Amino acid sequence: MPLVSSVEHEAARVDERELLARLRAGDEGEFMRLVDELGPSLLRVARLYVKTRAVAEEVVQETWLGVLNGLDRFEGRSSLKTWIFRILTNTAKTRGVRESRSIPFSALGDDADDESGPTVDPDRFMTDGEFAGHWASPPRSWSQPEARLEAAETRAVIQRAIEALPSSQRTVITLRDVEGWSSQEIRNVLDLSETNERVLLHRARAKVRRALDDYLQLGS
Amino acid sequence: MSEHDHHELTCAKVVELVTEYLEGTLDPLDRERFERHLVICPGCETYLSQIRTTISLAGRVTEDDLSVEARDALLAAFRDWSRA
Repeated sequence: MPLVSSVEHEAARVDERELLARLRAGDEGEFMRLVDELGPSLLRVARLYVKTRAVAEEVVQETWLGVLNGLDRFEGRSSLKTWIFRILTNTAKTRGVRESRSIPFSALGDDADDESGPTVDPDRFMTDGEFAGHWASPPRSWSQPEARLEAAETRAVIQRAIEALPSSQRTVITLRDVEGWSSQEIRNVLDLSETNERVLLHRARAKVRRALDDYLQLGS
Repeated sequence: MSEHDHHELTCAKVVELVTEYLEGTLDPLDRERFERHLVICPGCETYLSQIRTTISLAGRVTEDDLSVEARDALLAAFRDWSRA
């Protein structure tokens, strides 16, 4: 369990109560801020269940209408964010079924054949002798000028690598590393065990590093 | 990892533990073995630092925003809702 101080927890609860009060009082600035803040993540999670970006966007719209519908009854037993994502997944699942293209996330759908095995090519390690398991061909450092790492082209390489991942790995790395969610939040929203979440993240990061390495070594 | 023997970690094992290390979920003994390995192994040090760079660069990937139309529709829905 991560050690989060109870002071921080308490602060988050107070913030959330305040946010709820503002929303209920009709503060549209606060509502739109929430829409903008959660929008990208909601879209990404919706895309796990439905085929097109357009339908995902409809699912997000429906989700917000569901949120408005339920806001007065929301009791704060889960965090607001978790509650909103639960409405999203329910809405998305219904839509996915209607489109007959539901992906059961908990079954790890398309990742079924990619849950185990090494994330670094075993050929890069020595196979026998005193140094078995140690690097035969160690990674070469990215001695790149900072500017190259920061370039839009490098970001595009990362983006493409993330898009190429199986959907559950893609979602986990996007929420954790692109959007900076905590592991706990990800597990709540996607209903994953701690181990599952970490395995998905581990495999995803290793592949994105590999893509970045291929790209950076090519130019050096 | 459950066994707490005196064997040092291999590089092949270290690369599979980087996520647990960075997420802070390695138990203290494994963490110590992991860090001890890094000190003597430039290859693994490089690997870990590349994973860190990957994470930090991923944080700068541009987000995928809602369309302007969708946003306007939500604002209208909120106004209706708060008037009701």
